Amino acid sequence: MAQMKFLCDAERCIECNGCVTACKNANETDWGIQRRRVVTLDDGKPSEVSISVACMHCDDAPCMAVCPTDCFYKTDDGIVLHDKDICIGCGYCLYACPFGAPQFPKEEAFGERGKMDKCTFCAGGPAETKEEEYEKYGANRIAEGKLPLCAEMCSTKALLAGDAQTISDIFRQRVVYRGHEDGGWSSVEKAQMSGPDVSANLDEMAYDATRATREG
Amino acid sequence: MHTLMQCLWRLRMIGAVLLLAVLAASLAPPTSAAEPDEEIGQAVGTVDADTWRQVKSGENFIDSRHDSTYNLINPSGETWRQIRNEWVSPAGLIAIGGMLTVLVIFYLVVGRNDLDHERTGRKILRWTAFERSLHWTVATLFIALSLTGLNLLYGKFVFRHVFGDVFWANMIMGSKLIHNYAGPVFGILLIVILAKWLKVNLPKKHDWEWFKQGGGMVGDKHPDAGFANAGEKVWFWLLASVGMLVVVSGFVLDFPIFGQTRDNMQWANMFHGVTSLILMTVALGHIYIGTLGTEGALEGMATGYVDETWAKQHHNLWYEEVKDNAGQPQQSDPPVGDDTATAHRPN
Ligand code: HEM
Ligand code: SF4
Ligand code: SF4
Repeated sequence: MAQMKFLCDAERCIECNGCVTACKNANETDWGIQRRRVVTLDDGKPSEVSISVACMHCDDAPCMAVCPTDCFYKTDDGIVLHDKDICIGCGYCLYACPFGAPQFPKEEAFGERGKMDKCTFCAGGPAETKEEEYEKYGANRIAEGKLPLCAEMCSTKALLAGDAQTISDIFRQRVVYRGHEDGGWSSVEKAQMSGPDVSANLDEMAYDATRATREG
Repeated sequence: MHTLMQCLWRLRMIGAVLLLAVLAASLAPPTSAAEPDEEIGQAVGTVDADTWRQVKSGENFIDSRHDSTYNLINPSGETWRQIRNEWVSPAGLIAIGGMLTVLVIFYLVVGRNDLDHERTGRKILRWTAFERSLHWTVATLFIALSLTGLNLLYGKFVFRHVFGDVFWANMIMGSKLIHNYAGPVFGILLIVILAKWLKVNLPKKHDWEWFKQGGGMVGDKHPDAGFANAGEKVWFWLLASVGMLVVVSGFVLDFPIFGQTRDNMQWANMFHGVTSLILMTVALGHIYIGTLGTEGALEGMATGYVDETWAKQHHNLWYEEVKDNAGQPQQSDPPVGDDTATAHRPN
Protein backbone atom coordinates (compact mmCIF):
# COMPACT_ATOMS: atom_id res chain seq x y z
CA MET A 1 0.00 0.00 0.00
CA ALA A 2 1.08 3.47 -0.76
CA GLN A 3 2.01 5.88 1.95
CA MET A 4 0.75 9.24 0.76
CA LYS A 5 2.89 12.26 1.59
CA PHE A 6 3.47 15.83 0.56
CA LEU A 7 6.94 17.11 -0.09
CA CYS A 8 7.76 20.73 -0.76
CA ASP A 9 11.02 21.48 -2.49
CA ALA A 10 11.88 24.79 -0.84
CA GLU A 11 14.49 25.58 -3.47
CA ARG A 12 11.80 25.65 -6.10
CA CYS A 13 8.93 27.29 -4.27
CA ILE A 14 8.38 30.80 -5.57
CA GLU A 15 5.68 31.82 -3.09
CA CYS A 16 3.03 32.13 -5.77
CA ASN A 17 0.31 30.77 -3.46
CA GLY A 18 -1.16 28.81 -6.36
CA CYS A 19 -1.48 25.78 -4.10
CA VAL A 20 -3.38 27.81 -1.50
CA THR A 21 -5.83 29.01 -4.09
CA ALA A 22 -6.18 25.62 -5.76
CA CYS A 23 -6.99 24.04 -2.40
CA LYS A 24 -9.51 26.67 -1.44
CA ASN A 25 -11.17 26.23 -4.80
CA ALA A 26 -11.17 22.44 -4.90
CA ASN A 27 -12.53 22.07 -1.41
CA GLU A 28 -14.62 25.21 -1.01
CA THR A 29 -13.61 25.51 2.60
CA ASP A 30 -15.47 27.68 5.09
CA TRP A 31 -14.87 31.37 5.43
CA GLY A 32 -11.54 31.97 7.13
CA ILE A 33 -10.32 28.42 6.65
CA GLN A 34 -7.22 28.03 4.53
CA ARG A 35 -5.97 24.48 4.62
CA ARG A 36 -2.68 25.19 2.91
CA ARG A 37 -0.37 28.10 3.59
CA VAL A 38 2.95 29.34 2.31
CA VAL A 39 5.54 30.31 4.87
CA THR A 40 8.39 32.56 3.81
CA LEU A 41 11.59 33.04 5.75
CA ASP A 42 13.78 36.13 5.42
CA ASP A 43 11.24 37.81 3.19
CA GLY A 44 12.89 40.27 0.78
CA LYS A 45 16.45 39.27 1.60
CA PRO A 46 18.74 37.32 -0.75
CA SER A 47 18.39 34.33 1.55
CA GLU A 48 14.60 34.35 1.17
CA VAL A 49 13.08 30.89 1.01
CA SER A 50 9.47 29.71 0.94
CA ILE A 51 7.71 26.48 1.69
CA SER A 52 4.13 25.39 1.29
CA VAL A 53 2.59 23.55 4.24
CA ALA A 54 -0.62 21.79 5.14
CA CYS A 55 -1.35 18.64 7.10
CA MET A 56 1.59 16.31 6.49
CA HIS A 57 -0.38 13.13 7.22
CA CYS A 58 2.08 12.02 9.90
CA ASP A 59 2.88 8.34 10.37
CA ASP A 60 2.62 8.62 14.15
CA ALA A 61 0.17 11.49 14.16
CA PRO A 62 0.12 13.58 17.35
CA CYS A 63 -3.41 14.83 16.58
CA MET A 64 -4.74 11.27 16.60
CA ALA A 65 -3.00 10.54 19.86
CA VAL A 66 -4.46 13.44 21.82
CA CYS A 67 -7.98 13.71 20.40
CA PRO A 68 -10.42 13.17 23.31
CA THR A 69 -13.08 11.87 20.93
CA ASP A 70 -10.80 9.54 18.98
CA CYS A 71 -12.37 10.81 15.76
CA PHE A 72 -9.25 10.47 13.59
CA TYR A 73 -8.45 7.49 11.43
CA LYS A 74 -5.86 6.58 8.88
CA THR A 75 -6.77 5.29 5.45
CA ASP A 76 -4.96 2.39 3.83
CA ASP A 77 -3.00 5.00 1.90
CA GLY A 78 -1.68 6.55 5.10
CA ILE A 79 -3.95 9.60 4.84
CA VAL A 80 -5.06 11.06 8.19
CA LEU A 81 -8.79 11.86 8.13
CA HIS A 82 -11.27 12.78 10.83
CA ASP A 83 -14.99 12.50 11.45
CA LYS A 84 -16.66 15.89 11.89
CA ASP A 85 -19.75 14.27 13.39
CA ILE A 86 -17.67 13.25 16.39
CA CYS A 87 -15.27 16.21 16.68
CA ILE A 88 -16.12 18.59 19.53
CA GLY A 89 -13.78 21.42 18.58
CA CYS A 90 -11.65 21.18 21.72
CA GLY A 91 -8.50 22.29 19.92
CA TYR A 92 -6.22 19.56 21.29
CA CYS A 93 -5.18 18.45 17.80
CA LEU A 94 -3.96 21.98 17.11
CA TYR A 95 -1.93 22.05 20.33
CA ALA A 96 -0.22 18.83 19.31
CA CYS A 97 0.20 19.24 15.55
CA PRO A 98 3.76 20.10 14.47
CA PHE A 99 2.53 22.07 11.46
CA GLY A 100 -0.40 24.12 12.75
CA ALA A 101 -2.65 22.26 10.32
CA PRO A 102 -5.97 22.03 12.21
CA GLN A 103 -8.16 25.13 11.93
CA PHE A 104 -11.49 26.06 13.45
CA PRO A 105 -14.34 28.19 12.19
CA LYS A 106 -15.04 30.66 14.97
CA GLU A 107 -18.78 30.82 14.78
CA GLU A 108 -20.19 30.09 18.16
CA ALA A 109 -20.63 32.08 21.38
CA PHE A 110 -17.62 33.07 23.47
CA GLY A 111 -15.25 32.12 20.67
CA GLU A 112 -16.20 28.47 21.03
CA ARG A 113 -14.55 26.58 18.25
CA GLY A 114 -16.54 24.88 15.51
CA LYS A 115 -15.67 21.51 14.00
CA MET A 116 -12.01 21.15 13.17
CA ASP A 117 -11.01 21.40 9.51
CA LYS A 118 -7.76 20.37 7.91
CA CYS A 119 -6.27 19.12 4.68
CA THR A 120 -7.66 15.72 3.67
CA PHE A 121 -5.10 15.02 0.93
CA CYS A 122 -8.15 15.59 -1.26
CA ALA A 123 -9.56 12.33 0.08
CA GLY A 124 -12.83 13.62 1.51
CA GLY A 125 -14.04 12.03 4.70
CA PRO A 126 -16.73 9.85 6.27
CA ALA A 127 -20.22 10.65 4.96
CA GLU A 128 -23.34 8.93 3.69
CA THR A 129 -23.49 10.60 0.29
CA LYS A 130 -21.06 12.26 -2.08
CA GLU A 131 -22.84 15.59 -1.61
CA GLU A 132 -22.54 15.39 2.15
CA GLU A 133 -18.90 14.44 1.85
CA TYR A 134 -18.18 17.43 -0.37
CA GLU A 135 -20.12 19.74 1.92
CA LYS A 136 -18.22 18.64 5.03
CA TYR A 137 -14.75 17.77 3.83
CA GLY A 138 -14.36 19.00 0.27
CA ALA A 139 -13.19 17.10 -2.76
CA ASN A 140 -12.45 13.40 -2.88
CA ARG A 141 -10.03 13.33 -5.77
CA ILE A 142 -8.28 10.24 -4.47
CA ALA A 143 -11.49 8.26 -5.11
CA GLU A 144 -11.29 9.47 -8.72
CA GLY A 145 -7.68 8.35 -9.00
CA LYS A 146 -6.32 11.88 -8.87
CA LEU A 147 -3.74 13.48 -6.63
CA PRO A 148 -4.35 16.57 -4.46
CA LEU A 149 -5.06 19.63 -6.57
CA CYS A 150 -2.46 21.83 -4.84
CA ALA A 151 0.41 19.66 -6.02
CA GLU A 152 -1.14 19.11 -9.44
CA MET A 153 -1.35 22.86 -9.94
CA CYS A 154 2.09 23.79 -8.62
CA SER A 155 3.72 25.74 -11.42
CA THR A 156 7.31 24.96 -10.47
CA LYS A 157 6.53 21.45 -9.26
CA ALA A 158 7.98 22.44 -5.93
CA LEU A 159 5.05 20.81 -4.16
CA LEU A 160 4.92 17.08 -4.74
CA ALA A 161 2.19 14.74 -3.61
CA GLY A 162 2.07 11.00 -3.86
CA ASP A 163 3.57 7.83 -2.54
CA ALA A 164 6.42 8.64 -0.17
CA GLN A 165 8.93 6.52 -2.06
CA THR A 166 8.07 7.96 -5.44
CA ILE A 167 8.18 11.61 -4.45
CA SER A 168 11.34 11.22 -2.42
CA ASP A 169 12.96 9.58 -5.42
CA ILE A 170 12.05 12.61 -7.49
CA PHE A 171 13.39 14.92 -4.82
CA ARG A 172 16.60 12.98 -4.40
CA GLN A 173 17.17 13.13 -8.11
CA ARG A 174 16.83 16.91 -8.03
CA VAL A 175 19.14 17.18 -5.07
CA VAL A 176 21.85 15.26 -6.82
CA TYR A 177 21.32 17.19 -10.00
CA ARG A 178 21.80 20.42 -8.12
CA GLY A 179 24.97 19.09 -6.61
CA HIS A 180 24.31 18.90 -2.93
CA GLU A 181 26.93 16.64 -1.47
CA ASP A 182 24.68 14.61 0.74
CA GLY A 183 21.02 15.37 0.55
CA GLY A 184 18.78 18.38 0.33
CA TRP A 185 18.66 19.04 4.03
CA SER A 186 22.40 18.97 4.62
CA SER A 187 24.23 22.11 5.55
CA VAL A 188 27.05 21.64 3.06
CA GLU A 189 27.70 24.16 0.38
CA LYS A 190 26.69 23.08 -3.07
CA ALA A 191 29.36 20.82 -4.41
CA GLN A 192 31.46 22.01 -7.25
CA MET A 193 30.49 19.40 -9.76
CA SER A 194 30.53 19.86 -13.44
CA GLY A 195 27.80 18.77 -15.79
CA PRO A 196 29.06 15.50 -17.21
CA ASP A 197 30.01 14.18 -13.77
CA VAL A 198 26.54 14.75 -12.50
CA SER A 199 24.80 13.43 -15.57
CA ALA A 200 26.85 10.27 -15.61
CA ASN A 201 26.12 9.41 -12.01
CA LEU A 202 22.62 10.78 -11.80
CA ASP A 203 20.64 7.59 -11.79
CA GLU A 204 22.92 5.78 -9.45
CA MET A 205 23.07 8.64 -6.96
CA ALA A 206 19.44 9.58 -7.06
CA TYR A 207 17.82 6.40 -5.94
CA ASP A 208 17.91 4.88 -2.54
CA ALA A 209 18.89 1.37 -1.69
CA THR A 210 15.34 0.22 -1.14
CA ARG A 211 14.53 0.71 -4.77
CA ALA A 212 15.80 -2.65 -5.86
CA THR A 213 13.77 -4.49 -3.29
CA ARG A 214 10.69 -2.45 -3.99
CA GLU A 215 10.71 -3.13 -7.65
CA GLY A 216 12.20 -6.54 -7.67
CA MET B 1 27.02 66.30 -44.32
CA HIS B 2 25.92 63.54 -46.59
CA THR B 3 28.40 61.04 -45.18
CA LEU B 4 27.39 61.87 -41.62
CA MET B 5 23.74 61.09 -42.36
CA GLN B 6 24.80 57.77 -43.93
CA CYS B 7 26.80 56.92 -40.86
CA LEU B 8 23.90 57.56 -38.53
CA TRP B 9 21.59 55.50 -40.72
CA ARG B 10 23.98 52.61 -40.60
CA LEU B 11 24.33 52.84 -36.87
CA ARG B 12 20.58 52.74 -36.50
CA MET B 13 20.37 49.66 -38.70
CA ILE B 14 23.02 47.88 -36.67
CA GLY B 15 21.18 48.80 -33.50
CA ALA B 16 17.88 47.43 -34.78
CA VAL B 17 19.46 44.19 -35.90
CA LEU B 18 21.16 43.73 -32.53
CA LEU B 19 17.93 44.37 -30.70
CA LEU B 20 16.11 41.82 -32.81
CA ALA B 21 18.81 39.28 -32.13
CA VAL B 22 18.57 39.79 -28.42
CA LEU B 23 14.79 39.52 -28.53
CA ALA B 24 14.90 36.40 -30.62
CA ALA B 25 17.39 34.82 -28.31
CA SER B 26 15.34 35.52 -25.24
CA LEU B 27 12.07 34.34 -26.78
CA ALA B 28 13.46 31.19 -28.32
CA PRO B 29 12.57 28.01 -26.46
CA PRO B 30 15.54 26.50 -24.62
CA THR B 31 17.22 24.10 -26.92
CA SER B 32 17.92 21.53 -24.21
CA ALA B 33 17.25 20.94 -20.51
CA ALA B 34 19.17 23.27 -18.23
CA GLU B 35 22.71 22.26 -17.67
CA PRO B 36 23.44 21.14 -14.11
CA ASP B 37 25.87 23.99 -13.69
CA GLU B 38 23.24 26.48 -14.71
CA GLU B 39 20.70 24.98 -12.38
CA ILE B 40 23.20 25.25 -9.55
CA GLY B 41 23.84 28.84 -10.46
CA GLN B 42 20.17 29.75 -10.55
CA ALA B 43 19.04 27.91 -7.45
CA VAL B 44 17.85 29.74 -4.39
CA GLY B 45 20.44 30.30 -1.70
CA THR B 46 21.32 27.11 0.07
CA VAL B 47 18.46 25.70 2.11
CA ASP B 48 20.51 24.20 4.87
CA ALA B 49 20.15 23.05 8.44
CA ASP B 50 20.17 26.64 9.67
CA THR B 51 17.14 27.37 7.55
CA TRP B 52 15.21 24.59 9.24
CA ARG B 53 16.46 25.68 12.64
CA GLN B 54 15.07 29.11 11.89
CA VAL B 55 11.75 27.57 10.89
CA LYS B 56 11.59 25.95 14.30
CA SER B 57 12.38 29.18 16.12
CA GLY B 58 9.35 30.82 14.59
CA GLU B 59 11.24 34.05 13.93
CA ASN B 60 11.53 36.15 10.85
CA PHE B 61 8.80 34.58 8.80
CA ILE B 62 5.63 35.59 7.05
CA ASP B 63 2.64 33.37 6.55
CA SER B 64 0.05 33.49 3.81
CA ARG B 65 -2.67 32.55 6.31
CA HIS B 66 -3.87 35.97 7.33
CA ASP B 67 -4.36 35.53 11.06
CA SER B 68 -1.83 32.80 11.64
CA THR B 69 0.55 33.08 14.55
CA TYR B 70 1.50 29.46 14.24
CA ASN B 71 5.10 29.01 13.30
CA LEU B 72 5.84 26.21 10.94
CA ILE B 73 7.28 23.72 13.38
CA ASN B 74 5.64 23.37 16.77
CA PRO B 75 8.29 21.55 18.80
CA SER B 76 6.40 21.76 22.10
CA GLY B 77 3.39 19.96 20.63
CA GLU B 78 5.04 16.57 20.86
CA THR B 79 6.29 17.31 24.39
CA TRP B 80 2.78 18.23 25.43
CA ARG B 81 1.42 15.08 23.87
CA GLN B 82 3.96 12.95 25.72
CA ILE B 83 3.28 14.63 29.06
CA ARG B 84 -0.48 14.43 28.70
CA ASN B 85 -0.73 10.91 27.33
CA GLU B 86 2.19 9.22 29.07
CA TRP B 87 2.16 10.95 32.46
CA VAL B 88 -0.94 12.95 33.35
CA SER B 89 -3.42 10.43 32.03
CA PRO B 90 -2.01 7.29 33.73
CA ALA B 91 -1.11 9.21 36.91
CA GLY B 92 -4.71 10.37 37.21
CA LEU B 93 -5.99 6.81 36.99
CA ILE B 94 -3.50 5.68 39.59
CA ALA B 95 -4.35 8.55 41.94
CA ILE B 96 -8.13 8.18 41.70
CA GLY B 97 -8.03 4.38 41.69
CA GLY B 98 -5.58 4.39 44.58
CA MET B 99 -7.75 6.72 46.62
CA LEU B 100 -10.85 4.61 46.05
CA THR B 101 -8.97 1.49 47.11
CA VAL B 102 -7.64 3.16 50.26
CA LEU B 103 -11.12 4.37 51.18
CA VAL B 104 -12.69 0.96 50.68
CA ILE B 105 -9.99 -0.69 52.79
CA PHE B 106 -10.27 2.02 55.44
CA TYR B 107 -14.03 1.56 55.63
CA LEU B 108 -13.72 -2.21 55.88
CA VAL B 109 -10.96 -2.12 58.50
CA VAL B 110 -11.74 0.92 60.63
CA GLY B 111 -15.34 1.54 59.73
CA ARG B 112 -17.55 4.50 60.46
CA ASN B 113 -16.60 7.08 63.08
CA ASP B 114 -19.65 6.69 65.30
CA LEU B 115 -20.89 8.97 68.04
CA ASP B 116 -19.42 7.94 71.40
CA HIS B 117 -22.50 8.97 73.37
CA GLU B 118 -26.24 8.95 72.94
CA ARG B 119 -27.70 11.82 71.00
CA THR B 120 -29.27 14.41 73.31
CA GLY B 121 -31.84 15.39 70.72
CA ARG B 122 -30.94 19.02 71.16
CA LYS B 123 -29.91 20.56 67.87
CA ILE B 124 -27.41 23.27 67.05
CA LEU B 125 -27.56 25.32 63.86
CA ARG B 126 -24.38 24.69 61.88
CA TRP B 127 -25.09 25.68 58.27
CA THR B 128 -27.56 28.33 57.17
CA ALA B 129 -29.85 27.78 54.22
CA PHE B 130 -27.69 30.05 52.09
CA GLU B 131 -24.55 28.13 52.98
CA ARG B 132 -26.19 24.81 52.28
CA SER B 133 -27.49 25.84 48.88
CA LEU B 134 -24.07 27.25 48.07
CA HIS B 135 -22.38 24.02 49.14
CA TRP B 136 -24.69 21.74 47.19
CA THR B 137 -24.60 23.88 44.08
CA VAL B 138 -20.80 23.92 44.07
CA ALA B 139 -20.74 20.19 44.85
CA THR B 140 -23.15 19.38 42.01
CA LEU B 141 -21.12 21.47 39.58
CA PHE B 142 -17.94 19.85 40.84
CA ILE B 143 -19.29 16.36 40.22
CA ALA B 144 -20.62 17.38 36.80
CA LEU B 145 -17.23 18.90 35.91
CA SER B 146 -15.40 15.84 37.22
CA LEU B 147 -17.47 13.34 35.27
CA THR B 148 -17.38 15.33 32.04
CA GLY B 149 -13.68 16.12 32.52
CA LEU B 150 -12.88 12.46 33.10
CA ASN B 151 -14.85 11.66 29.98
CA LEU B 152 -12.63 14.05 28.01
CA LEU B 153 -9.54 12.35 29.33
CA TYR B 154 -10.55 8.67 29.44
CA GLY B 155 -13.98 8.31 27.79
CA LYS B 156 -12.62 7.33 24.40
CA PHE B 157 -11.10 4.16 25.77
CA VAL B 158 -14.48 2.89 26.93
CA PHE B 159 -17.69 4.39 25.60
CA ARG B 160 -17.06 4.49 21.90
CA HIS B 161 -16.39 0.77 21.86
CA VAL B 162 -19.32 -0.02 24.10
CA PHE B 163 -22.05 2.23 22.70
CA GLY B 164 -20.97 3.01 19.14
CA ASP B 165 -20.25 6.18 17.21
CA VAL B 166 -23.58 8.00 17.35
CA PHE B 167 -24.01 7.62 21.08
CA TRP B 168 -20.40 8.54 21.67
CA ALA B 169 -20.62 11.63 19.48
CA ASN B 170 -23.58 12.94 21.51
CA MET B 171 -22.07 11.93 24.80
CA ILE B 172 -18.73 13.62 24.25
CA MET B 173 -20.31 16.72 22.72
CA GLY B 174 -22.63 16.97 25.72
CA SER B 175 -19.67 16.52 28.03
CA LYS B 176 -17.80 19.34 26.42
CA LEU B 177 -20.78 21.69 26.50
CA ILE B 178 -21.56 20.95 30.14
CA HIS B 179 -17.92 21.26 31.05
CA ASN B 180 -17.38 24.53 29.24
CA TYR B 181 -20.50 26.20 30.64
CA ALA B 182 -20.49 24.74 34.16
CA GLY B 183 -16.80 25.64 34.54
CA PRO B 184 -17.13 29.42 34.81
CA VAL B 185 -20.19 29.14 37.10
CA PHE B 186 -18.24 26.80 39.33
CA GLY B 187 -15.33 29.24 39.33
CA ILE B 188 -17.45 32.18 40.45
CA LEU B 189 -19.30 30.22 43.14
CA LEU B 190 -16.04 28.76 44.38
CA ILE B 191 -14.76 32.26 45.03
CA VAL B 192 -17.98 33.16 46.87
CA ILE B 193 -17.77 30.06 49.06
CA LEU B 194 -14.08 30.61 49.80
CA ALA B 195 -14.75 34.21 50.84
CA LYS B 196 -17.68 33.13 52.99
CA TRP B 197 -15.76 30.47 54.86
CA LEU B 198 -12.39 32.15 55.03
CA LYS B 199 -12.69 33.32 58.65
CA VAL B 200 -13.39 29.94 60.18
CA ASN B 201 -10.56 28.36 58.21
CA LEU B 202 -7.65 30.51 59.37
CA PRO B 203 -5.05 28.18 60.92
CA LYS B 204 -4.78 28.03 64.73
CA LYS B 205 -2.32 26.48 67.16
CA HIS B 206 -4.67 23.65 68.15
CA ASP B 207 -4.80 22.56 64.50
CA TRP B 208 -1.24 21.32 64.76
CA GLU B 209 -2.19 19.17 67.72
CA TRP B 210 -5.14 17.83 65.70
CA PHE B 211 -2.77 16.65 63.00
CA LYS B 212 -0.45 15.00 65.49
CA GLN B 213 -3.37 12.94 66.74
CA GLY B 214 -4.37 12.05 63.20
CA GLY B 215 -7.64 13.90 63.58
CA GLY B 216 -8.93 11.17 65.85
CA MET B 217 -9.92 9.17 62.80
CA VAL B 218 -8.59 5.98 64.34
CA GLY B 219 -9.17 5.28 68.05
CA ASP B 220 -11.13 7.22 70.63
CA LYS B 221 -9.14 10.43 70.85
CA HIS B 222 -10.92 13.66 70.01
CA PRO B 223 -8.42 16.44 69.49
CA ASP B 224 -9.53 20.05 69.92
CA ALA B 225 -11.32 21.61 67.01
CA GLY B 226 -13.20 24.85 66.44
CA PHE B 227 -16.00 25.31 63.94
CA ALA B 228 -13.76 23.75 61.30
CA ASN B 229 -11.25 21.09 62.22
CA ALA B 230 -7.75 21.00 60.76
CA GLY B 231 -8.73 18.45 58.13
CA GLU B 232 -11.50 20.67 56.85
CA LYS B 233 -9.09 23.57 56.80
CA VAL B 234 -6.71 21.62 54.60
CA TRP B 235 -9.56 20.94 52.16
CA PHE B 236 -10.43 24.65 52.27
CA TRP B 237 -6.87 25.78 51.50
CA LEU B 238 -6.48 23.15 48.81
CA LEU B 239 -9.56 24.55 47.11
CA ALA B 240 -8.21 28.06 47.59
CA SER B 241 -4.89 27.18 45.93
CA VAL B 242 -5.17 24.16 43.64
CA GLY B 243 -8.87 24.80 43.09
CA MET B 244 -8.18 28.32 41.90
CA LEU B 245 -5.48 27.00 39.55
CA VAL B 246 -8.07 24.66 38.06
CA VAL B 247 -10.40 27.59 37.53
CA VAL B 248 -7.77 29.90 36.06
CA SER B 249 -6.34 27.28 33.71
CA GLY B 250 -9.90 26.31 32.78
CA PHE B 251 -10.68 29.89 31.83
CA VAL B 252 -7.61 30.03 29.58
CA LEU B 253 -8.82 26.90 27.76
CA ASP B 254 -12.46 27.91 27.73
CA PHE B 255 -12.23 31.24 25.95
CA PRO B 256 -9.65 31.09 23.16
CA ILE B 257 -10.37 34.68 22.18
CA PHE B 258 -7.87 36.63 24.23
CA GLY B 259 -4.86 35.98 22.07
CA GLN B 260 -3.67 32.91 23.96
CA THR B 261 -0.98 31.18 21.98
CA ARG B 262 -0.78 27.51 21.25
CA ASP B 263 1.98 27.23 23.87
CA ASN B 264 -0.20 28.96 26.50
CA MET B 265 -2.90 26.41 25.80
CA GLN B 266 -0.52 23.49 26.21
CA TRP B 267 0.55 24.82 29.59
CA ALA B 268 -3.01 25.56 30.63
CA ASN B 269 -4.06 22.05 29.70
CA MET B 270 -1.24 20.43 31.67
CA PHE B 271 -1.99 22.58 34.71
CA HIS B 272 -5.69 21.92 34.37
CA GLY B 273 -5.22 18.17 34.07
CA VAL B 274 -2.82 17.82 36.98
CA THR B 275 -4.62 20.18 39.36
CA SER B 276 -8.11 18.89 38.60
CA LEU B 277 -6.97 15.30 39.12
CA ILE B 278 -5.46 16.26 42.50
CA LEU B 279 -8.73 17.95 43.42
CA MET B 280 -10.85 14.99 42.35
CA THR B 281 -8.67 12.58 44.31
CA VAL B 282 -8.89 14.61 47.51
CA ALA B 283 -12.59 15.27 46.94
CA LEU B 284 -13.20 11.53 47.15
CA GLY B 285 -11.76 11.65 50.67
CA HIS B 286 -13.92 14.64 51.51
CA ILE B 287 -17.03 12.89 50.23
CA TYR B 288 -16.20 9.73 52.14
CA ILE B 289 -15.68 11.57 55.43
CA GLY B 290 -18.82 13.62 54.93
CA THR B 291 -21.06 10.64 54.21
CA LEU B 292 -20.07 7.05 55.03
CA GLY B 293 -17.13 7.93 57.22
CA THR B 294 -18.70 10.01 59.99
CA GLU B 295 -22.01 9.50 61.73
CA GLY B 296 -24.05 12.69 61.69
CA ALA B 297 -21.96 14.81 59.37
CA LEU B 298 -24.18 14.62 56.29
CA GLU B 299 -27.13 15.48 58.50
CA GLY B 300 -25.54 18.85 59.22
CA MET B 301 -25.13 19.81 55.59
CA ALA B 302 -28.56 18.39 54.70
CA THR B 303 -30.72 19.96 57.40
CA GLY B 304 -28.41 22.64 58.70
CA TYR B 305 -28.58 21.30 62.27
CA VAL B 306 -26.31 18.92 64.14
CA ASP B 307 -26.91 17.05 67.36
CA GLU B 308 -25.33 18.44 70.51
CA THR B 309 -23.39 15.19 70.99
CA TRP B 310 -21.93 15.38 67.50
CA ALA B 311 -20.88 19.00 68.03
CA LYS B 312 -19.19 18.17 71.34
CA GLN B 313 -17.33 15.20 69.87
CA HIS B 314 -16.09 16.75 66.62
CA HIS B 315 -15.94 20.48 67.25
CA ASN B 316 -15.58 20.91 71.01
CA LEU B 317 -14.27 24.50 70.98
CA TRP B 318 -17.16 25.61 68.80
CA TYR B 319 -19.61 23.66 70.94
CA GLU B 320 -18.45 25.51 74.07
CA GLU B 321 -19.29 28.81 72.36
CA VAL B 322 -22.71 27.92 71.05
CA LYS B 323 -24.11 25.31 73.46
CA ASP B 324 -26.45 27.85 75.03
CA ASN B 325 -28.27 28.14 71.71
CA ALA B 326 -28.99 24.44 71.47
CA GLY B 327 -32.65 23.52 71.23
CA GLN B 328 -35.27 22.26 68.85
CA PRO B 329 -34.70 23.21 65.26
CA GLN B 330 -36.81 26.15 64.28
CA GLN B 331 -39.25 25.09 61.62
CA SER B 332 -40.26 28.69 61.20
CA ASP B 333 -40.01 30.44 57.90
CA PRO B 334 -37.81 32.29 57.10
CA PRO B 335 -35.02 30.16 58.50
CA VAL B 336 -32.39 31.57 60.79
CA GLY B 337 -30.56 34.42 59.13
CA ASP B 338 -26.99 34.17 58.08
CA ASP B 339 -25.75 36.61 60.69
CA THR B 340 -27.22 34.74 63.66
CA ALA B 341 -25.48 31.54 62.71
CA THR B 342 -22.12 32.99 61.87
CA ALA B 343 -21.95 35.17 64.98
CA HIS B 344 -20.51 32.35 67.08
CA ARG B 345 -17.91 30.59 65.06
CA PRO B 346 -14.56 30.38 66.76
CA ASN B 347 -12.24 28.50 64.48
C1 HEM C 1 -13.19 21.13 39.82
C2 HEM C 1 -13.69 21.21 38.70
C3 HEM C 1 -13.06 20.73 37.43
C4 HEM C 1 -12.61 19.50 37.10
C5 HEM C 1 -12.59 18.30 38.00
C6 HEM C 1 -12.13 19.54 35.75
C7 HEM C 1 -11.58 18.49 35.04
C8 HEM C 1 -11.17 18.52 33.72
C9 HEM C 1 -10.54 17.46 33.01
C10 HEM C 1 -10.15 16.11 33.60
C11 HEM C 1 -10.34 17.86 31.72
C12 HEM C 1 -9.73 17.06 30.59
C13 HEM C 1 -8.27 17.36 30.46
C14 HEM C 1 -7.62 16.58 29.35
O1 HEM C 1 -8.31 15.89 28.60
O2 HEM C 1 -6.39 16.67 29.24
C15 HEM C 1 -10.82 19.19 31.62
C16 HEM C 1 -10.79 19.97 30.48
C17 HEM C 1 -11.25 21.26 30.40
N1 HEM C 1 -11.75 22.02 31.46
FE1 HEM C 1 -12.03 21.43 33.33
N2 HEM C 1 -12.30 20.80 35.26
C18 HEM C 1 -12.85 21.55 36.28
C19 HEM C 1 -13.16 22.88 36.26
C20 HEM C 1 -13.10 23.67 35.14
C21 HEM C 1 -13.38 25.05 35.11
C22 HEM C 1 -13.74 25.86 36.35
C23 HEM C 1 -13.26 25.45 33.82
C24 HEM C 1 -13.47 26.79 33.20
C25 HEM C 1 -13.57 27.88 33.80
C26 HEM C 1 -12.87 24.32 33.04
C27 HEM C 1 -12.64 24.31 31.68
C28 HEM C 1 -12.11 23.26 30.97
C29 HEM C 1 -11.84 23.28 29.58
C30 HEM C 1 -12.11 24.44 28.65
C31 HEM C 1 -11.30 22.03 29.22
C32 HEM C 1 -10.84 21.61 27.82
C33 HEM C 1 -11.81 20.68 27.19
C34 HEM C 1 -12.73 21.31 26.20
O3 HEM C 1 -12.59 22.47 25.82
O4 HEM C 1 -13.65 20.62 25.80
N3 HEM C 1 -12.77 23.24 33.87
N4 HEM C 1 -11.32 19.57 32.86
S1 SF4 D 1 -3.02 17.40 11.55
FE1 SF4 D 1 -0.90 17.77 12.11
S2 SF4 D 1 -0.40 16.09 13.53
FE2 SF4 D 1 -2.24 15.49 12.43
S3 SF4 D 1 -1.49 14.28 10.71
FE3 SF4 D 1 -1.74 16.40 9.97
S4 SF4 D 1 0.27 17.31 10.27
FE4 SF4 D 1 0.26 15.44 11.49
S1 SF4 E 1 -10.81 19.57 17.85
FE1 SF4 E 1 -11.92 17.76 17.13
S2 SF4 E 1 -10.43 16.58 15.99
FE2 SF4 E 1 -9.28 18.08 17.20
S3 SF4 E 1 -8.73 16.95 19.07
FE3 SF4 E 1 -10.65 18.04 19.50
S4 SF4 E 1 -12.27 16.58 19.02
FE4 SF4 E 1 -10.38 15.79 18.08
